[in-house]
Amino acid sequence: MRMETETIAAIATGMTEAGIGIVRVSGDDAMNAVDSIFKFSGEKKQLSKQLSSVRSHTIHHGYIVDENEEILDEVMVTVMKAPNSYTGENTVEINCHGGPFVLRRVLEEVLKKNVRLAEPGEFTKRAFLNGKMDLSRAEAVMDLIQSRNEWARKASVKQLRGSLAEIIKRERSEIINEIAFIESALDDPENYSLVGYPEKLFGKVENWEKEIKQLIDSADCGRLLKEGIDTVILGKPNVGKSSLLNLMTGEDRAIVTEMAGTTRDVLQESVLLHGISLNLMDTAGIRSTEDAVEKIGVKKARNLAKNADLILYVVDVSVPLDENDREILSLISSENTILLLNKSDLNAMVEEKDIREMIAEANLPQGDHICVIKTCTLNHTGMEELEQKILEMFFLGKIRNDDEVTITNLRHKEALEDVCFSFNNVKKSIEDQLPEDFFSIDLMGAYATLGTVIGEEVGEDLVNEIFSKFCMGK
Amino acid sequence: MEMGWKTEVDVCVVGAGHAGCEAALACARLGLETVIFTVSIDSIALMPCNPNIGGTSKGHLVRELDALGGEMGKNIDKTFIQSKMLNASKGPAVHSLRAQADKADYSRAMRKVLENQDHLTIKQAEVCELLWEEPDNGSDSGEKKKRIIGVKTFTGAVYECKAVVLCTGTYLRARCLCGEAITYTGPNGLQAANHLTDSLKKMGIEMRRFKTGTPARMDKRSLDFTKMEEQKGDERIIPFSFSTDPETIQKDQVSCYLTYTNEKTHKIIRANLDRSPIYAGIIEGTGPRYCPSIEDKVVKFADKERHQVFIEPEGLHTNEMYVSGMSSSLPEDVQIAMYRTVPGLEHCKIVRNAYAIEYDCINARQLKPSLEFREVDGLFSGGQFNGSSGYEEAAAQGLVAGVNAAMKILGREPLIMDRSESYIGVLIDDLVTKDNREPYRMMTSRAEYRLLLRQDNADLRLRRRGYEIGLVTEKQYQEVLEKERLIKGEIERLKSVKVGTNHVIQDFLKKMNSAPLKTAVSLSELICRPELDYEKIAEIDPSRTPLPSEIIEQVEIEIKYEGYIARQMRQVEQYRKMEKKKIPENLDYDEVPSLRLEARQKLKLFRPISVGQASRISGVSPADVSVLLVYLEHYNNSRK
Repeated sequence: MRMETETIAAIATGMTEAGIGIVRVSGDDAMNAVDSIFKFSGEKKQLSKQLSSVRSHTIHHGYIVDENEEILDEVMVTVMKAPNSYTGENTVEINCHGGPFVLRRVLEEVLKKNVRLAEPGEFTKRAFLNGKMDLSRAEAVMDLIQSRNEWARKASVKQLRGSLAEIIKRERSEIINEIAFIESALDDPENYSLVGYPEKLFGKVENWEKEIKQLIDSADCGRLLKEGIDTVILGKPNVGKSSLLNLMTGEDRAIVTEMAGTTRDVLQESVLLHGISLNLMDTAGIRSTEDAVEKIGVKKARNLAKNADLILYVVDVSVPLDENDREILSLISSENTILLLNKSDLNAMVEEKDIREMIAEANLPQGDHICVIKTCTLNHTGMEELEQKILEMFFLGKIRNDDEVTITNLRHKEALEDVCFSFNNVKKSIEDQLPEDFFSIDLMGAYATLGTVIGEEVGEDLVNEIFSKFCMGK
Repeated sequence: MEMGWKTEVDVCVVGAGHAGCEAALACARLGLETVIFTVSIDSIALMPCNPNIGGTSKGHLVRELDALGGEMGKNIDKTFIQSKMLNASKGPAVHSLRAQADKADYSRAMRKVLENQDHLTIKQAEVCELLWEEPDNGSDSGEKKKRIIGVKTFTGAVYECKAVVLCTGTYLRARCLCGEAITYTGPNGLQAANHLTDSLKKMGIEMRRFKTGTPARMDKRSLDFTKMEEQKGDERIIPFSFSTDPETIQKDQVSCYLTYTNEKTHKIIRANLDRSPIYAGIIEGTGPRYCPSIEDKVVKFADKERHQVFIEPEGLHTNEMYVSGMSSSLPEDVQIAMYRTVPGLEHCKIVRNAYAIEYDCINARQLKPSLEFREVDGLFSGGQFNGSSGYEEAAAQGLVAGVNAAMKILGREPLIMDRSESYIGVLIDDLVTKDNREPYRMMTSRAEYRLLLRQDNADLRLRRRGYEIGLVTEKQYQEVLEKERLIKGEIERLKSVKVGTNHVIQDFLKKMNSAPLKTAVSLSELICRPELDYEKIAEIDPSRTPLPSEIIEQVEIEIKYEGYIARQMRQVEQYRKMEKKKIPENLDYDEVPSLRLEARQKLKLFRPISVGQASRISGVSPADVSVLLVYLEHYNNSRK
């Protein structure tokens, strides 16, 4: 049961790509929590001022920083003290400008400060419980809580890809089995012995922990946020891949010549696009080649394409499509590719319909959904449209234009990090040679938290597991 | 209308088992005229199954009962013949005391206490009917409940009273099964109570049927103990009761013996399953999973090659031995054949056959946490009647039901302990909140705050409660206050005394295989190290004053497990907030908008007293709880 008085936070505005959004923090510790990640602008203020000591209903300019003191965003912070706020509690609203991803990053930083993510409808619930809302609205509030919750639950289930849910389910059943064993041994010590057990458990916990960490890393959103979107630029030789990279990074990173096959290895560069980083990888042009070094480059490009979050497939419209294009089509999927018809300033030998025909021939699933853009790296045209498409794909597509979905996603991440924390506690208890009954406290914590990710409660699970797996009683 | 003898008392307790005894003693000790009914005076505090008191988590219950002013702990201290602290090598939270009892002695000693208790009368009679008043619709109070006014015995005698505590155990419409042979008796061939169920049903109480079982008793002279492992008691005996001086109970103990079933045993059982009343479908009651019959064990855990069998004495003055781990309802000939496959039992003579027993009981969701029926004013119940199992579980409920019957009559607040206060609180909350489908047994894993609910600190947790109720004396209460003071003082001292990095300390640590100090630390920090403890650091702590061992124990636990304890305390704080949000008894859940259908149905069925309790009902989601909170706010405000 989550508690009423904990400090909570959430994105209070929709996750539109408008770029401006508010992170709302409410609860006793709201000011303290934000203080630890907020830097006032102006050196003097940085030293002397704190949000917890400013007057209520004041606005402050400054920066949100992460634990490495890196600036995440330039913000305006509004401080409202209890009871004069929407919720009736101490409230800080952080007005961010850096776009949806920055908004999420700011929220994540807040959540590290002993603040938890708000439940669906929780601000409104608190506002009501604190008497900030007319009693006549009680019914509307109850409806809101229930409907939002249903929505979040559905969104959560929808978001969980099959494999993730599978892993969590399996791990949960393994965990409860170990707890049941420990508890059986505690309950019937003359029957079940725990001699040598802690060492065995340690190994298991390490494996579980590793698995969950991988889940956190691979969870699309978490990784995309932390590590950025792996973007691979594919295309035949000399179609303008390196020029694209240079254009996007704004510096002459790749060597651009007119000789086909100049880029023999992979070049990588990160760019920030509305708060999210793209890890751009320029690859060797894909063609059948006899050059040994170039061959390796082509092979590498293929591998990268396989693991990419985003593929920018560059086609030179002045050169007819050929076998090599077919080869490239076999490396992409319609969900992660943007097709660029480059050198649009030259006489077009290839039109959008030609490449569409080829896609259709290649039998690419949902190939007709592939997004095609005309660009010209030479005179920078089409770049805005490209950025727009990328944003749509990741902001509004995978992580849809919907705060509840984003929140659920973050909720999962928060939960999985909690689970790792519990595992760490178990390991520490084992290392500190604490008695076995202490292990099951944190194991149970991990079990329950994993349950919240897949929407399962604990209930009588343990007792049932004990009785079904272990022969108890005299 | 038939005429019978009539009298007037305060409380009638029906049944004199472990629950009934505690209930009756509590009421009488609080000054209320109390009658305790039993079908046989000789079966007071009878132990019809295992010959021991305590065990994992049950030991906790006995300690708590004692701290509140109950009798069970004192009684077993008088009559035990072997004692053991289970899980002694594990954490303090799961240490559990268990004592083998001399059954006859136990029963006799308890009877003596009852017989000499002021305000208490023992009556050998079967209570057949409850007498009640229908709700008075004309009354101004709006109270529309039945109200208990007395009981009627088989002989027609009427006892008018203000409260009744039902502790009928396994006696209601009891039926014993031994293979094809069925007898309509209570445990041990005692008379069953066949009338009361109808009366209860007439009052609108929902009845259900549970079953349990017991193994055979054997003649000691027919067993070969050389083929078994001897199980001795502890060298230093620790009493159950906080009032018992340990020095007075150190004595010679008798042993138990361990042997095992084998493939031959299992083969005989499998070959005769069709003759088991359970597998043949004759038994309709639901049995407990934690105390399976040997048939169940063999069927459900088919891959287990052997099962433990403990041979335990039933007393000092009898040759009967209890065959723990092999309860059964198989026919007599199969029983003999299977028992004789077990090493040491090859020539066993069975004194009493194993049997299964079926009985009427209730689903405890009809009760409030005070153990009073929601729909009948003044009717309380405890023990197996409530769907639990075990002597200790029964006694604990008996005390609470008895105390609350008294509190009701005296117009005082009921004794309701929450899950963070005691195992008894967990037990009762589980019984009245969860959908139990089998006899309920206590387990340490059921207590989410078990680190705080230790058997060693039951007095620190509950003496105050017992004192407030009036079952704990001023002297006993003062003793606990003094204990608290000493513990607190010593912990503060250990936290403030620092030791530096001098040679004396470093040499000492080296000797103890403990890492040397880099900076000065407090003594309590040293105690935290796994390789050190309070006793071990004595030589570098010259300023210490001698303290009783129970103080040292508390100091050590609080220091060593401080982090975990603090964490659980924080959880408890949060938990209590929700427990404090009370739900009015007459709340109409149909009026609460936005509750999901399932939640609405469950809430109507269980009628929780607090939002916290509501949140533990299966089928009530966190969102439903939020909805409820909002509604209650609205409800309370609009009634101001």
